[in-house]
Formats: sequence, C-alpha cells, structure tokens
Amino acid sequence: MSGHNESILREPLITGDNITYAKITDDILMPVENKPNKAWWIGFIVASLGALLWVVAVSYTFWTGIGAWGLNKTVGWAWDITGFVWWVGIGHAGTLISAVLLLFRQNWRNSINRSAEAMTIFAVICAATYVVSHMGRPWLAYWVLPLPNQFGSLWVNFNSPLVWDMFAISTYFSVSLLFWYTGLLPDIATIRDRATGMRRKIYSIFSFGWSGSVKTWQRFEAVSLILAGISTPLVLSVHTIVSMDFATSVIPGWHTTIFPPYFVAGAIFSGFAMVLTLLLVARKVLGLENYITMFHIESMNKIIILTGSIVGVAYLTEFFIAWYSGSEYEQYAFINRSTGPYWWSYWMMMTCNVISPQLLWFKKIRLSIKATWILSIVVNVGMWFERFVIIVTSLHRDYIPSSWAMFYPTWVDISVFVGSIGLFFTLFLLFLRVLPSIAIAEVKLLLKSASEQAKMKQIKEGHENKEYVAEYIESLEKFDSVKQEDYAKI
Amino acid sequence: MSDIKYILGSFGDPDEMMHGIEKLQENNISIYDVYTPMPIHGIEAKLGIKRSRIDIAAFCFGITGTCAAFALIYFCAVIDWRVNIGGKPSFALPDFIPIMFELTVLFCAFGMVLTYYASTHLFPGRAPRVMDLRATDDRFVIAIDANDNAAHTEIDGLLKDAGALEVKYNERKYISYE
Repeated sequence: MSGHNESILREPLITGDNITYAKITDDILMPVENKPNKAWWIGFIVASLGALLWVVAVSYTFWTGIGAWGLNKTVGWAWDITGFVWWVGIGHAGTLISAVLLLFRQNWRNSINRSAEAMTIFAVICAATYVVSHMGRPWLAYWVLPLPNQFGSLWVNFNSPLVWDMFAISTYFSVSLLFWYTGLLPDIATIRDRATGMRRKIYSIFSFGWSGSVKTWQRFEAVSLILAGISTPLVLSVHTIVSMDFATSVIPGWHTTIFPPYFVAGAIFSGFAMVLTLLLVARKVLGLENYITMFHIESMNKIIILTGSIVGVAYLTEFFIAWYSGSEYEQYAFINRSTGPYWWSYWMMMTCNVISPQLLWFKKIRLSIKATWILSIVVNVGMWFERFVIIVTSLHRDYIPSSWAMFYPTWVDISVFVGSIGLFFTLFLLFLRVLPSIAIAEVKLLLKSASEQAKMKQIKEGHENKEYVAEYIESLEKFDSVKQEDYAKI
Repeated sequence: MSDIKYILGSFGDPDEMMHGIEKLQENNISIYDVYTPMPIHGIEAKLGIKRSRIDIAAFCFGITGTCAAFALIYFCAVIDWRVNIGGKPSFALPDFIPIMFELTVLFCAFGMVLTYYASTHLFPGRAPRVMDLRATDDRFVIAIDANDNAAHTEIDGLLKDAGALEVKYNERKYISYE
C-alpha cells in the first residue's frame, strides 16, 4: 500500500490538526493563488533594487572592462571568483536535498526539496554571471565551447580545469533545471485544475498536459530516482572540479589534495545554511509551519554541524600539512594567512565556520528559530570569507617580494556582489509567487505514511483489520526497536 | 445510457481506492485508468502495469554521452590539433575523465527525461486529458470504460461499497479545456 513502515514514535513530518489532502493543496497554493502581502512587496522592492545595482555594475564592467575591478598584477582573481565559488557552493544543497536524501529515503526532504532546488537554479545563475563577466570580453564567451573557429581548427584545452568547469557548471545547471521542472509538472497541473481564465491557459501550457494517470506516475518515480542517482555524483564532481581550478596550480596555499572533499563539504555547509536562511523566513511569511516543522529545521542543523566540523578539520589539516611538508613557501602562505595583512579575514572565517556552528550541539540552540537563522547567516558570511581567504591571501604574496601587492575592492566589485544577492532574492521571491514552494504531491505522500495523527486515527477507528495492526506492531519491534509497552502508551 | 463513455469512481483515500480496484477486479470489470494526485505505491502490480524500462534507455543514453565525449576530445586533442603542453602526451586519458563524466550525466538526464515525455505524451502546451478536475487535488479516481462493461448499476454499487465518495458518468472522454 502507500508504505506504512514508519515508526509511530518518530516525529510526524506534517503537524497541525485535521490535515487532509485538500488542505495540503490549499495551504501550499495560498501564496500562489492570492495577492502578495506587504512583507512580500517590501522584500521584492528591496531585492529588485539590489538586482538593479547588479545590472548597473555589470554593465559598467562590460563597458569599461575588468579594469573597473580592484585587480592588480598579483591578485588576478579576487571578488569575482570568490563570488563564483560562493554561489556555486550555495547551489549544492538543492541537489543534495533532492538527490542524495531521496536515495537515502529521507522523507523529510519532501517538504523542503522544491525551494532548495529553486535556490540551486538561482544560485547557479548568479555564479554563471560571475564567470561570464570575469572573462573580460563576455561577447566572446562562446570561445570556451569546443567549436571549430576562424583561426583554423584550434580547440579548447581539454586538459584545463577551467574547461572542465564550463562543462561541469553547464551540465549541473541544465540537469538541475530538468530535475526541478519535471518534478514541478504534477504541481503545475494542480494549479491549472484549480485556476480559471487566462491563468488556467498559462499553467496549462506549462503543465505539459499532465493528467496524473498511473503510468505517468510510475514512470515519473523511476525517472526521479535515476535522476537522483546521476545527480549525486554530478554534484560531487562539480565542486571537485571547481576546487581543481585551484588545486592543479602550483601556487602555495592552493596546491593541495585536500581541496576536493573540503570544497564539497563546504558547499553542503553553505548550501544548507542558505536553505535555512530562506525557509525560516518563507515558512513564517507564507504560513507553512505545518509542513516545514521543527524536525526539518533540526535535521538541517545537524547536517550543518557535520559539514561544519568537516570544514573545520580541513582547515586544521591544511595548516598541519603546510608545516609537515617542509616547504617554506607553503609554510609562509599559511603563516601569512593567519597573521599577515589579511589576518582579520582568516579569523572571521575561523570564527564563523568552525566555532559558531558548534553551538548547534546544544539542543536549545538547534531548536530556536532565531538562533538558527542568525547562525545560518553567520555561516554564509564565513563561507564567503573562506573563498576570499583562499583566493586573495594566496595570491597577494607570491614567490618574489617585489610582486607583492594588496587587493582593495572597488565600488564595482562591491556592487556586483551585493547586486548578485539582490538578483538571487528577486528570482526567489518571484518563484514563491508563481510556483508552489513545497512539492505538493510529495507532501501528500507523507500524510498517510508519516502523519502520526492519520495513522492513529485509522487504527483507532478500526479501519485497519486486526491482522494488519498485529503485523504493524510486530514490524515496529523488529525494525524500529519499539516495545509493546511504548505502543500501548500511545 | 449509450452516451456514457466513462464511469468515474472518485475516492477520498488511496487505501479505499485500492480496495475499489480489488472489488472491480473480483467482478471481472476492466479498469481503463486510475488518476491520482500523488504516486500510489503498489498500484502498478495490482493493475498489471509492466516495470518501466526507462532505466535501460537511461543507460544507453549515458553510454552514448561517454563515447561522444571521448570521441570529441580524442579528435580535438589527439588527432586534429595536438598542443604540446610541457612535452606531456596528447592522449592524456585521466584528463579526459571529468568531461567524459559530465557528458555521460548530461546525455543520460536529457535522453531519459525526453524519452519519458515522449512515452507518456507530455509536451509543452499539450491539452490536458483530465477526466476529473479534482484528480490533481484530493481525489483518487478510477475510470472504467462504459462501453466495455455493460452493467453500469453494478459498477456503481461496487464503487460505492468500496467507499467511493462520488460516482460520475462522463459523456465526453475528457473535460473540455476550451
């Protein structure tokens, strides 16, 4: 049947009284079918002003060239690549939630995967704009593609991680978009069937004619599972390749084998922090507390503790290996990081990423919405500083002291970064208005199997036959180590 | 009666709908299709729907991607225009692997999803073939072809017994979206 295999002692994934299938649809589509409230408008106006700033700053960069940025003879990459790696990292939680947690049958992902995937798409868009504007001559961006050209058959360098990056990011973006959109089809059909007039016509086009017949659902689930199976290594490969942009070079501080796993953990860390930043606000403003429960928040916090600790260990390992390698350049790079002119960014990174997430070991903090929200922002700030530290502190001093220089961002650097955040939030707020922020069909799946209320009601009212109830209790003992007495208590 | 094309039993609960399917099958009444707002596990076994072979398609598309990437890189970097990078060999297979992997995933994902759309007749702008508007909201609908199964009142009774909230007779195949 619909999978009655969850322990009754496990926290229900949907809370609230009298939840029905119809109520789930009504609750989730509330922001889509009604006019936006004041909070949305304020958010949208602020975010679009940010996006406008982004347009101005990027246009200025294109018009004058990347001399408008504070780059100099040594620091050839700075805020641009910091922003790029930061945004790509943020994008990773979406795929992680939708793919990895699906493979591990973590049902709690069902309420958060849709917005996390949307976040992925928008974050990767922000990341891609950095790469394109960083090229200097963005109108020649197609040069990174392996196309025959007018100079004879000169091809891109397939040995270069920058070319791998292009393949990785574009594959990641298009596969994420495909995964997200295919998952949206049943929900778009739900909106379509409830709408009238013009809205119905528009949603009808985008619903691809979804009818919800058995075969469509069966294939849909097979497709989702395989997409999850191939997206999992994909997401790991993307950040591994991003880390190789640095790791394959011989710059002290970059030339390190720990980068791939450390970057992947960092990406998951920052991605989950961003999911929390967005969803803690969205659940409040959109009234989705019954679907994004404290259990979800706590689970995400636990992932943040895990990945934050991995990142912390990676920082220490980097330091240890720099010393242990005996290479004086490597040793200098790390001493300079922590005590040189950019010491404050290094210690900012250490405080935000290593120390502050450890507070989440305390259950009280893990379950406090305010504390979690503040910590999620702290982690985002810390992860930005991590990229900044890796890039700028490794570049500003190289082998010859005569080429040492300091990097100072210009107003264009700052505006591109602040603007990209505006762009991201503008897109996210528009998404909340036109598409369901929670996967309706997937949450409906939880109603029967995970809602304690529904299950208990069923048994109490005698809808289930005795044999089934006995088998159910037995399975609890067998698989979930729940004792008969516990069952009797409930 | 002859105008009726489909009999729709509309249930409010997936378990009751499964019960309805069993009852109809016990009475040898063929089921045209079932429409639900969410995937119902175990239903395909009950309705005798074969396992999806989309995984085989996915594998084939994936392999195509791997080969395409290898062929492209081999042609560009080894045959057409060798670049001397520090005297290293042009045929540097480990360096080819990241792009081969990415294209495997890309081909597999797009090939499989497009196969899925084609096999289930989903494409942008297609007119929805919906029999009951609430089947995408909170109703689990069993559709029975009225011409194949003559005893309409019997079907009606069976569905109601199984817990159907409503039994409808549709005179058109699908709800008009015009």
